[in-house]
Amino acid sequence: MFETLQNLGHGFAIAASPGVLVYAFAGCVIGTLVGMLPGVGPLAGISLLLPASYGLSATTALVMLAGIYYGAMYGGSTTSILMRIPGEAASVMTCIDGYAMTRKGRAGPALAIAAVGSYIAGTASIVGLMLLAPPLAAFALSFGPSEYVALLLLGLTVLAYMSGGSVPKSLAMAALGLLLGMIGIDPMSGYFRFSYGLVELGDGIGIVPVAVGLFGVSEILLTAGQAETPQVIKPKLRDLLPSREEWRDAAGPVGRGTILGFLIGIVPGSAHIIASFVSYAVERRVSKHPERFGHGAVEGVAGPESANNSATSGALVPMLALGVPSGPIPAVMMAAMMVHGVSPGPMLIQQQPELFWGVIASMYVGNLVLLILNLPLVGLFVNLLRIPYPLLYPAILVFSVVGVYAVNGSVVDVWIMAVMGALGYLLRKLDFETAPIVLGLVLAPMLEMSLRQALALSSGSYAIFVTRPISASMLCVALALLLLSLRPLVARGADWRRRLGLLEGPVVGEEEKR
Amino acid sequence: MLTRDRVGGVALLLFAVVVMWEDRAFPLGSVTKPGPGYMPMLLAGILAAMALLVIWTGGRSPALGSLGWSEWRHAVAILAGCVFAALALERIGYRLTVILLVAFLLWVVERKRPVVTMAVALGLSLGTFYVFSTLLKVPLPLGPGEF
Repeated sequence: MFETLQNLGHGFAIAASPGVLVYAFAGCVIGTLVGMLPGVGPLAGISLLLPASYGLSATTALVMLAGIYYGAMYGGSTTSILMRIPGEAASVMTCIDGYAMTRKGRAGPALAIAAVGSYIAGTASIVGLMLLAPPLAAFALSFGPSEYVALLLLGLTVLAYMSGGSVPKSLAMAALGLLLGMIGIDPMSGYFRFSYGLVELGDGIGIVPVAVGLFGVSEILLTAGQAETPQVIKPKLRDLLPSREEWRDAAGPVGRGTILGFLIGIVPGSAHIIASFVSYAVERRVSKHPERFGHGAVEGVAGPESANNSATSGALVPMLALGVPSGPIPAVMMAAMMVHGVSPGPMLIQQQPELFWGVIASMYVGNLVLLILNLPLVGLFVNLLRIPYPLLYPAILVFSVVGVYAVNGSVVDVWIMAVMGALGYLLRKLDFETAPIVLGLVLAPMLEMSLRQALALSSGSYAIFVTRPISASMLCVALALLLLSLRPLVARGADWRRRLGLLEGPVVGEEEKR
Repeated sequence: MLTRDRVGGVALLLFAVVVMWEDRAFPLGSVTKPGPGYMPMLLAGILAAMALLVIWTGGRSPALGSLGWSEWRHAVAILAGCVFAALALERIGYRLTVILLVAFLLWVVERKRPVVTMAVALGLSLGTFYVFSTLLKVPLPLGPGEF
């Protein structure tokens, strides 16, 4: 414990240095804007800003990108509460009761509760990250290739199981991402796979053009022809203070949301999105007055907003401790680390303590900055929402092009972005989730290499996966999840996710009543 | 019935088949000693299996006809803009590409006034070039006359 505090002190010394502090602040401001603006989620925002981080040190770059990630969670609540437009996907649940509070004239308290809840959850979850990541990394040092294969398979299965849509569709998307990850030179045989003469594809398809195309460009394609600038309500500072009763109602949901969000964050998947959905469902279930939900219940704002913020710290645990991203956003952050010559993995905390503890400390500072930034300056930020979308999307597109081009200085990446934009547009029209594609793309080389290394170690025997206890346990859990997730295909209505509202459609029992 | 899931499933199945066909170029190896073609074949097989499951269970998803395509003109125009950017970037330079791209989107697609169009196009082009190229030292392609 003393060592942890000592390391944290060292981290604060790094985070408080002017160079790092400025970029933490910049990350938080950009994150808030990214979260507020419909069409630019944290994933697209981080991907677009990746080239801007090349000139920085690894620590400063990661501090800025992490700031964008959790800053977006704060910003996302503003548009949800004031306009019923989720700035990013994790704020969808906040729209319901947040906007209902706005219509009742309680926009200020809704914003204040969202910001304070996010701050408490954000800060508390960093403690979890700080305490959990180092021992997990130490444990992961005993991992061999077979454990990594099992871990990656478990991750993909959990992602499919926890995702909002149907499991076969999520698994198909993950397989599609893994297939995209097969493009490029096979490191073990030197074969140039699926490159069709393009030498730029030697290192494989980059994660940035895929992420920007699937999330940024496809969003523009879906929204540009439809959006009208909605009316923006601008709350005054003096209206922000919630009543005593509202504080009391929010306390429990903030606490539950923090714990729930952190735990869901560790598990692979679009953590912050799932966390807010699950938190809303839990709050509705434990509430003595569930009928208030949907009509301006404070708990419906406090729970999901705390959960999505807490999940961002949770999502950093496997990335920093194991070098395995739990979702597309940590995957892009990992790509940023690799650009700076930092190899993510269990050795990171030992070899780069200044990076790990600097990022942790900057997150404490960043959350405080965001609390200060979000409440008094909310009126200033909402002015941005008055920009008509027809003027906004060309700017987002230009940032997409420059961001993607700047990664390798190659137009092939701009082509990939355009193709992925079209693919994302069609997939989203057909109700397919695109997040597993990005995760599959990142995990593919790791999975293939670990599988072949494990088989080389065992002279081709697959028994290595079941005789080693850690990999055997993880594979058992993955298999159980796979069977559980296939169960609803046979017995419709046996899916807990429907009951929690993660899936569209009536809850169990309601269908039969109709 | 033609539903969204079934259309998506068929497209994924076709893609998996194409990958399997293309994968013939690489040695598969064996189950105990996988070659460079092994993993793509395995993944294409999983994709095909999942696509078949999606097709099989897809009868319950919304009908394809219920999809709204009101934004398709914008979508095609924006995609054309992306293709133009990819083609023009290294030929006419970053600044000129952005000016033309934004002008096309604002003037032709959004029917904004020429003054607004030019102001936004110039502002975005020169502004982003200054931030990325001058301040952040990201090399961006130059066009005719080093513009």
